[in-house]
Amino acid sequence: MTAVRETPPASRSAPDAGHEAADAGLEAVFEATLAADERVEPRDWMPDGYRATLIRQIAQHAHSEIIGMQPEANWITRAPSLRRKAILMAKVQDEAGHGLYLYSAAETLGASRDELLDKLHSGRQRYSSIFNYPTLTWADVGAIGWLVDGAAIINQVPLCRCSYGPYARAMVRICKEESFHQRQGFESLLALSQGTPEQHAMAQDAVDRWWWPSLMMFGPPDADSTHSAQSMAWKIKRHSNDELRQRFVDICVPQAEALGLTLPDPELRWNDERGHYDYGAIDWDEFQQVLRGNGPCNEQRLTRRRRAHDNGAWVREAASAYAAKHGPEER
Amino acid sequence: MSQGQLWEVFVRSRRGLSHTHVGSLHAPDAEMALRNARDLYTRRQEGVSIWVVPSTAVTASSPDEKDPFFAPAGDKPYRHPTFYEVPEGVRNL
Repeated sequence: MTAVRETPPASRSAPDAGHEAADAGLEAVFEATLAADERVEPRDWMPDGYRATLIRQIAQHAHSEIIGMQPEANWITRAPSLRRKAILMAKVQDEAGHGLYLYSAAETLGASRDELLDKLHSGRQRYSSIFNYPTLTWADVGAIGWLVDGAAIINQVPLCRCSYGPYARAMVRICKEESFHQRQGFESLLALSQGTPEQHAMAQDAVDRWWWPSLMMFGPPDADSTHSAQSMAWKIKRHSNDELRQRFVDICVPQAEALGLTLPDPELRWNDERGHYDYGAIDWDEFQQVLRGNGPCNEQRLTRRRRAHDNGAWVREAASAYAAKHGPEER
Repeated sequence: MSQGQLWEVFVRSRRGLSHTHVGSLHAPDAEMALRNARDLYTRRQEGVSIWVVPSTAVTASSPDEKDPFFAPAGDKPYRHPTFYEVPEGVRNL
């Protein structure tokens, strides 16, 4: 808890009548800030629900970046060339960086880093379901870049205008870096698609497996989305799940054509009347199953994360011991 | 096991510009904070110089007193050149 960060909760919740009146005034300031499309900053008063919603969303986002390192890191040692390997390492390092920007943003709301990691490790906070699918071939790295990062960008660009300043600023940084992630994926898939028949088939297989889970990344249909309305009112969220999903489909169809690959949806076709592509029904049962922990890799991802954390304990201990030994004047 | 104390990171993007706040990070001491800041905030040559400051060392004005705190400047438009009328034809003023 620091001077630049939020005020201790104790000072906000003193249960006296005068305080309630003050709260009403503060709430009016908060609402006015939102109405003027200005940013809420860490030390501003904010409703408890706004704070809790942001911590939940930013933490889940941070966890997704960190867990998202695993499926791709799986291929670093087997990248087909030094060029692809260097690119993949840079990308995985970026994901770590994105996780750290986001954890920092969550901390400005009063959550502690240790607490957030603990909630990830104990399964009390989630990460994006997409990372519970396996990366079976090298082409999956390309498909993740093109589709998963592509979907992430569409979700994230509006978050650059999110009402909470530190989250919005983190997203600006992330979006800048994310565009290379998508392009390298597209380029890698294109190379495979235009390669031997076996390589082409490998690229097609990866796209077949990643397409539907990527569509699920936008979350449940608007009608079933529990947090959406309030998040829209708070200007945390700017567009509905279905709106963003449609945008993604519309962008991907011509890109798939450029790749010479097909998208695995027989109902996918242009609708002149709507001015959008129609697409088939999403298997929301599968989504719920993966969310509940029954995806192909849920157990593996969390086990790996916990092990990495435990294996790093001695490094954190050594660094703290070193810092303590050299005294506060050097810290 | 703790992640170390919190540091605020400031980066000078190029010579001639001042350091700008870019975010924060955890580190056990200043040297590690600098190294972590390099890895976290300058992966794409975003800076030529980094400052790290313990977050606890920053004293900030309170947002609750925003209006009274900054009020003294509010009624002094004569501090801006646009406050003054200049007759037409007068140049380089």
